[in-house]
Amino acid sequence: MTALVLAQHDNAQLNPATLHAVTAAGQLGSDVHLLVAGHGCEAVAAAAARVQGVARVLHAEAPFLANPVAEDLAALIVGLAAAYEHLLAAATTTGKNVMPRVAALLDVAQVSDIVEVLGPDTFKRYIYAGNALATVRSLDAKRVLTVRTTTFPPAAAAGGQAPIVSAAVGAPVGLARFLGREVQRSERPELTSARIVVSGGRGMGSGENFKLIEALADVLGAAVGASRAAVDAGFVPNDYQVGQTGKVVAPELYIAVGISGAIQHLAGMKDSKVIVAINKDEEAPIFQVADFGLVGDLFKIVPELTESLRRAKAAA
Amino acid sequence: MRILVPVKRVVDYNVKIRVKADGSGVDTANVKMSMNPFDEIACEQAIRLKEAGHAEEIVAVSIGEAKCQETLRTALAMGADRGIHVEAPADVQPLAVAKMLRAIVGREQPGLVVMGKQAIDDDSNQTGQMLAALLGWAQATFISKLELADGRAVVAREVDEGLERIEVTLPAVLTVDLRLNEPRYASLPNIMKAKKKPIDVLTPGDLGVDPAPRLLYLKVEEPPRRQAGVKLGSVDELVTKLKQDAGVI
Repeated sequence: MTALVLAQHDNAQLNPATLHAVTAAGQLGSDVHLLVAGHGCEAVAAAAARVQGVARVLHAEAPFLANPVAEDLAALIVGLAAAYEHLLAAATTTGKNVMPRVAALLDVAQVSDIVEVLGPDTFKRYIYAGNALATVRSLDAKRVLTVRTTTFPPAAAAGGQAPIVSAAVGAPVGLARFLGREVQRSERPELTSARIVVSGGRGMGSGENFKLIEALADVLGAAVGASRAAVDAGFVPNDYQVGQTGKVVAPELYIAVGISGAIQHLAGMKDSKVIVAINKDEEAPIFQVADFGLVGDLFKIVPELTESLRRAKAAA
Repeated sequence: MRILVPVKRVVDYNVKIRVKADGSGVDTANVKMSMNPFDEIACEQAIRLKEAGHAEEIVAVSIGEAKCQETLRTALAMGADRGIHVEAPADVQPLAVAKMLRAIVGREQPGLVVMGKQAIDDDSNQTGQMLAALLGWAQATFISKLELADGRAVVAREVDEGLERIEVTLPAVLTVDLRLNEPRYASLPNIMKAKKKPIDVLTPGDLGVDPAPRLLYLKVEEPPRRQAGVKLGSVDELVTKLKQDAGVI
């Protein structure tokens, strides 16, 4: 058996989400091949070849794959699919966009966002915003899967020596065209892979007040997240959103500030190792999942915490 | 242009769901049901497109048990013109749903299908992409901005890195994200009017689709619960706990 994993990248660097998907693919009992599709992405193909557990890298190179649309990536994967029993991608927005298109073209029912591999055809996944855990068996001969990155450890990014082979690229499908991307540039770690995340909710009151969250995040070397309520209120952009319909995170430490803890938010962070909640409402549901809680005014507590950590850091 | 809006009946997002003791699924008896929130946004967008003169007719489709007609009435009260109910088991899976929708697209010839990016019950996030694939159409998923002109749609998509803009040729399938719009509430007069709007009833057989599941849900269980921890009295206490007990800072 062989599994094909879609490598995610920006033509320069391999997105670490890919490493988690490689681990999941390895657990299927298959040889793992990585597909690197892009333009001028030789460095990514070389990085992919060094990932431990990868037996072969397929390198698809074409100008129209520089920022590929789903129609083109799906066509490429479907063209390669005959040789594979499993087709996987990390459940990023790219994986979620492309893989169902692949599945339908192959007449396969996809299993989305798997959190555990029980066998080559049997998986666990969450439903109802993480409030129920389902064991699912696929009846199809081929399996198309997306992988929740937080529940599979990353494969080692070095040590492998897989051969790189060129994959044939067809003509562009021509139905859709990439125009541009507005990327939030930040010096902070990326939300889904950060060791510490500090998130703010509706209780922050304004976008301006998120400076308190940012100051705390900076002293901890943490990423900044937000609840849907804070995003809906326009305090922060949507790519900060942690939850059922946003990003799923599982850092070592998650600090929830002014977040009540709606089930949709908990779905995105309850696998964090240690959870701290800071909220003025002692009945807030967030305290039911928090390891440590502070009840009180976040506008006093957060600066005090930031200052205390800054002093401790300076003393160390 | 005609717009097709698929709407799903799901457990209301405010309901705390219960996993059945026998592991067979989630208890949906006597539970408040609503239109999937993302589908409400899709419905709202279709209505706005009609109001802006981009469309003449909005057809809402729901697939599932008889009570899906209540969900269709909600869409009709918001402003959809007519409904199609495909009477099928409640748990039809995304691939079969996409196949039924493909058959309905064949009958109705819409220029756009606008739908939610995911349903909040099975959280699959598949149906729109699958429908686009089966039709050989373009897809624009997770959109938060939409402009139509000259047979094309220019959209902003919510992606992990921020926002992505793409242009798709119509006809196309659009799946909507939260920030695209804020759905309207149906007014009482419109709720009354919606009762008179037509709903056609079809079966999967009429559409030539086998609704049988291809994924077997072997077991549904309660996820491991986190234990509530302790409430602390001061910031100093918290810093000590994080350093010494938890060792995370």
